Formats: sequence, structure tokens, C-alpha cells
Amino acid sequence: MKKMTGAQILWECLVREGVTTVFGYPGGTILPAYDALLDFPSIHHVLVRHEQGAAHMADGYARVSGKVGVAVATSGPGATNLVTGIATAMMDSVPTVFITGQVGSKLLGSDAFQEADITGITVPITKHNSLVTDVKDLARTLREAFCIARSGRPGPVLVDICKDVQQAKTDFEWPETVFLPGRKVLPPVKPEKLKAVAELIAEAERPLILAGHGVIESGASAALMAVAERTGTPVALTLLGLGGFPRSHPLCLGMMGMHGEAFANKAIQEADLLLAFGMRFDDRVTGNLKTYAPKSKKVHVEIDGSEVGKNVAVDVAIINDLRTVLEALLPLVSDKKHEAWLEEIGHGQGETRSRDIQHEPHEDRLLAPHVINDIWRATSGGAVVVSDVGQHQMFEAQYYPHEKPRTLLTSGGLGTMGFALPAAIGAKMARPDAEVWVIAGDGGFQMTQAELSTLMQEKLDIKIAVINNGFLGMVRQWQEFFYDKRYAATPILSPDFTMIAAAHGMDAHRVTKREEVIPTVQKVRGSGRPALIDFRVVAEESVYPMVPAGADLHEMIRRPKRRHPSEVSA
Amino acid sequence: MRHTLVARVQDQPGVLHRIISLFRRRAFNVDSLTVGGSEEPGISRMTIVVETDRVPAYLVEANLRKLVPVIEVRDVTHISTVSRDLALIRVKCGATERSEINDLISIFRGKIVDVAADSVIVEVTGDVKKVDGLVDLLRPRGVLEMVRTGKVAMVRGAEAPEDSEEELAVGWRH
Repeated sequence: MKKMTGAQILWECLVREGVTTVFGYPGGTILPAYDALLDFPSIHHVLVRHEQGAAHMADGYARVSGKVGVAVATSGPGATNLVTGIATAMMDSVPTVFITGQVGSKLLGSDAFQEADITGITVPITKHNSLVTDVKDLARTLREAFCIARSGRPGPVLVDICKDVQQAKTDFEWPETVFLPGRKVLPPVKPEKLKAVAELIAEAERPLILAGHGVIESGASAALMAVAERTGTPVALTLLGLGGFPRSHPLCLGMMGMHGEAFANKAIQEADLLLAFGMRFDDRVTGNLKTYAPKSKKVHVEIDGSEVGKNVAVDVAIINDLRTVLEALLPLVSDKKHEAWLEEIGHGQGETRSRDIQHEPHEDRLLAPHVINDIWRATSGGAVVVSDVGQHQMFEAQYYPHEKPRTLLTSGGLGTMGFALPAAIGAKMARPDAEVWVIAGDGGFQMTQAELSTLMQEKLDIKIAVINNGFLGMVRQWQEFFYDKRYAATPILSPDFTMIAAAHGMDAHRVTKREEVIPTVQKVRGSGRPALIDFRVVAEESVYPMVPAGADLHEMIRRPKRRHPSEVSA
Repeated sequence: MRHTLVARVQDQPGVLHRIISLFRRRAFNVDSLTVGGSEEPGISRMTIVVETDRVPAYLVEANLRKLVPVIEVRDVTHISTVSRDLALIRVKCGATERSEINDLISIFRGKIVDVAADSVIVEVTGDVKKVDGLVDLLRPRGVLEMVRTGKVAMVRGAEAPEDSEEELAVGWRH
């Protein structure tokens, strides 16, 4: 058996887990690992500018590819800088492994230089974590970490490795199998449950599928389409479910929830059967639970049992892998058409479309939804879009229709501003062939703007659209609607983003008129070089429709017919 | 109401922290929690009593199951169990009152385990209600100090079949 140091074991295990890219930042307690990295040329290390960036990059890498993303940091501040990124991955169930250095095992608990109790800190925001104090435990712990990260409902796992463990030598043995006594093996889907669901579908006259992130995580898109088409059931999607069912499909109602399509929300309230597939009835999706979907029976298919019955009472629960369930369900359902129901929903679509901002005259002003819709046109809807958090994120969800899974990456659960740029770097590393677009606001972009240097160091061809309105737009919108337009701390001064981009050696453009959007997007698409476009959009624009937090889902604030701030009614 | 959950967990560093962190984060209201050894080396056993007025017991159970070191969780509230709580109670007691206290606690199968000039320590074991009963009787005499272990529980006789998670998840009305 081969004697290896802990540092060598770390990389050897990562190679065996299929890792080819890691995102990280070196420091004192992780130095032995970095030293050994030079002897593992199959692993490409991306040097970030801040550890939060590394966490989001690992996250973006995982979201776009379905593989486990890996980030590395040193102890203390290196580890604590990961925290926001770990919490982001936790809320959105992203398979990730975080490796942190820790002070020597003999110094643990002594408040040594750069010591932070990162396993303690991350207990509530990881699926699992471990502190390794003995090199003999290292290989097994890493093997378990990857297994836990990708199994069941995926999520982040952190492995904290003491510096002396990285230096110590032991016989390396690759654990072929993982034994976790508490690991839950999914049982076969119970036939009586499937029968119950099939019967509800057969009886329903106004059925509706609510599809979430689970569709994408379990690879259930094809099975979902088969079930929806055979049973003639329309499909509404959560933010993280976008792409799980093609937006152009006649049965697709687009996004539901706070900024979802009004007709989709109305359909939820009017349905007699809700089929919730791989979603968790988040408060941004349901609005007021007391008045939520009062007329429907509810079926919940979800891999995480603790999400079933948490917010909404259900009539049939199937706690299992969504794709397995849908494939088993398909032969049990028969052809149905729900023309009257679809027509009723379609009527709502028509009404919404007449209010659609695409029909709004732009009058020489640049409107954020126009910009995003034009990026969609110019990219033929084929880009991987990484959006940040705020108004532009909702405009993206509304006006960049996604056809395929894993083409929209966004921080849904935690709503982490600053996510987009680093996550896009991770995505581009995983899929160099893809056209990757960052869509970010001027606020969020500045949070992780330093990663532009990382982008350039890695020579990545990423296109960045900054939707620049000089405000923290979504907060400003809430202030407009709910705080009497008292704009506390929402006007934000930004640097000249074109000069920031130019300083990094990127191409840079500024767009102030709608006519310039598509030509500029086409110009940067053809350049083969990274580029930033600073879109100077109207300052006080709002996202419609909107269900105020905690309000009834059917009580949406609609876009006023003539848009003027004084005419916006809350 | 109160639910009693029995959990088998891997005896490893941090496992109690994970469970407490979960309860705190989800605002589950814990009445008592006991941890100790089990029949199997490396496996600890917990008996957890939770208040379930706000959060259904099923959700507490389902969240516990998600923790990697948690091997098994069972809600034993509605099945026949043997359950015990142990209390040590220091009661004000002069020399003349000792036989009276002794008579009183013998009804509860308690015993005096330490005697001082003006107090005694009483040990009593039983289900939670029985221990509560004795404490109530002793209070007027002056309970100077008390420690209780919290409830431990074991299912009686042959194991009853358990409801599946899917059955438990249905029908909660919010």
C-alpha cells in the first residue's frame, strides 16, 4: 500500500470522484494541500478574488452541469467568507463540496491565528460537515462528502481538514463503498399511491401541474412532458423550475408566484387538482397560505419528506425520486383534454399579454424588460443565463423564456446579490461550449465585481449585461409600493462600468436606446471575447404583476395602463 | 400536545449540536431530551419530548431523519411503551419528620438516599406523571433543589408496525 500525505490523499480522492476543476484561494492552513496540488495536473485550480466568489463558482459549476462543484479555502476568514455561498447552495439544493484548512489539531479551541469554528458555524447551512483530525479518516470522510452532496435532495457538504492532517502520512486506501448507517435508501414507489394519483387525475376537470427545481435535479423533464401531454394538464413553474418544461409549449403557463404570470396564479386558485412535482410551496410561490388554492386536492411528489405537509396540507404524498415516480405514473393515466379549462386560462393569458410591457412604447427611454427580451431575441433563447437578484432577475424570468433545463442559474431561495458573475464563471468552466450571459443589476454586480479579474485570468468568453438604473431597484419598488416612496438608502452611485471593464481588458459598450440593444448584443456575441454592456435603463421601473408578501395569490398588483410613477397604485 | 420521539444516532462529535441546532432553527419546542448509550457500541439513543402545538410531530421526525448521523427516528407517543424519569429531590426535613416523609415516598417507591440535619435527598423513578405527583406532594414541605433526567422510553413487547412517512405526511391541517 502506498504511503501518502493527507494533502496528496485530498487531491487523489478528488480525482477519483471525477473532479477536474476547483475554485479556491490559498492561505496558511491549506498550504500543504496547495503544495501537493502541483503534482495533480488533471485538476485545474481557478484562483478567485474572494472566497464567496469561489463558493458561487462551485455552485454555478454544479447547477449547469449536474456534477458536484468544489471550492477550497483556508481557515478563519477564508472559511467564513464561504458562508454566504454555502447558504445559497443549501437553499437551492446544489451539490457542492467545500474543503477548508483548519489550524493544527493540537491548537483546536485555543483561538489560534485564523482559527474559526467553521463546522460549528455551518451546521445549519450544510447538509453535513466534518472536521478531520486524523489522517486515517480523511479518504473515508471525503468519499462520504461527495456521496452525501449528490444523493437524495442534493446540497453542500463541508470538510474541514487540520493542517497537521494534511502533512501527516498514512497508507492510502480508497474506500470502494460508502457506509452511512443513517443513509436513507429510497423505497420502491408504492403502486397504491400511483393508483390514487392516477384516479385523481382521471376525475379532475381543472388540473394543474406545479413543477419545481426537482424536475431539473432528477432529470424528469421528458417524463414531465409525457405526463402533461397525455393528461392535457397545464404546467406552471417555480423560479428554479424554469427550463424544466419548455416555455414555448402550449401547456406551459410560465412562472407562478409573487412575480409570476397573473393567469398562472389565477389558475392555481381555480384548479380542482394540484400536482406539485419537486417543489416546496415556498412563501414566494403561495402568498397567503390561508387562501391558497382552496378548491383543489393536492398531490405532492417530493424527495425530501420534511417538505411535504410543511406549508400546505396535501391529500396524497409520494416521497421519492420525481423521475422514477413520473415514469411509473405515465402508463396509469389515460388521454385527456381539458379544452374548457385551458380556454379559461388562455383568456387570462390574453389579458396579461395586452398589459405586457413589450407593447409599451419606449419613447426613447430604455426599459429593463425590453433589454432582456431583446437579449433573448438576439441569442435565439439559446444562452445559459446567470441572473443576479432583484428586479432584473424577475424580468429575466418573465422575458427570457427558457426551453431547456440548466439554462437559467439564479439564487432563488436565499436571494443572494452578487451571485451572478462568479456563478457564471463556474458555469463557463463546466460548459466552455455554452454561450454564457450574466444579467445583473448595478447593485448586485458591485458586490462581487472583483471576480472580473478571475474571469480575465481564466480567459473566459462571458458576456455581461449590467441593467443599470442607479437604484437598488427591487427595494426601491417595495419602498414605492409599501413605504410611501421614501427612498431610504436605495439610490446608488456606480462607477463607469465600461471603464471598469476596459481596465480589466474587456470589451465594453454603453447602451441608452432600445434600437442599440440588439446590434450591440450581436456585436459582442461575434467577438469571441468577454464583454460588458452597461444598459442605462429607466430609473423608476417596477416589476408587474406583484403579489405583495403574505397577500392572497389572486390579489396581484397589475401594471398600470399608463406608466407614470404617480399613477402606480398599491 | 407532547410527542415522544426515540432516535438512534451515530455516537460522533457534533451530533447533539446538529440536533439542537435543528430544533432552534425550526423553532421546535423541546420539553426534554436525554442521550445515552444503546445496546450497540457506537450508537447512542435519544428520547426527545417535543411540544407539537405549532409544528406537527411528523415534521420534527422528518427533519431529524435528514441529519446524516441520525439512523432511525420513531414517534412512540401512541404506542405502548415503558417510560421512566428519574428525579433527585432535596426536601426540607428535620429529624422528626423523616419517618413521615419516608412513608409518603414509599407509596411512590421512592427512597431517601442522603440525610442531613435539616434536609434529605429523595430518589424516585417512574413515568413522568408519577414523578410529577410526588414533587407536587413534597413542594409544601419545601423543595430546596431538584434534578430530573427527563424521559427515557422503550416500546413494549413485539414491535408494532410503523406508519410510513407518506402516511404521516398527509392530512395535517394548518
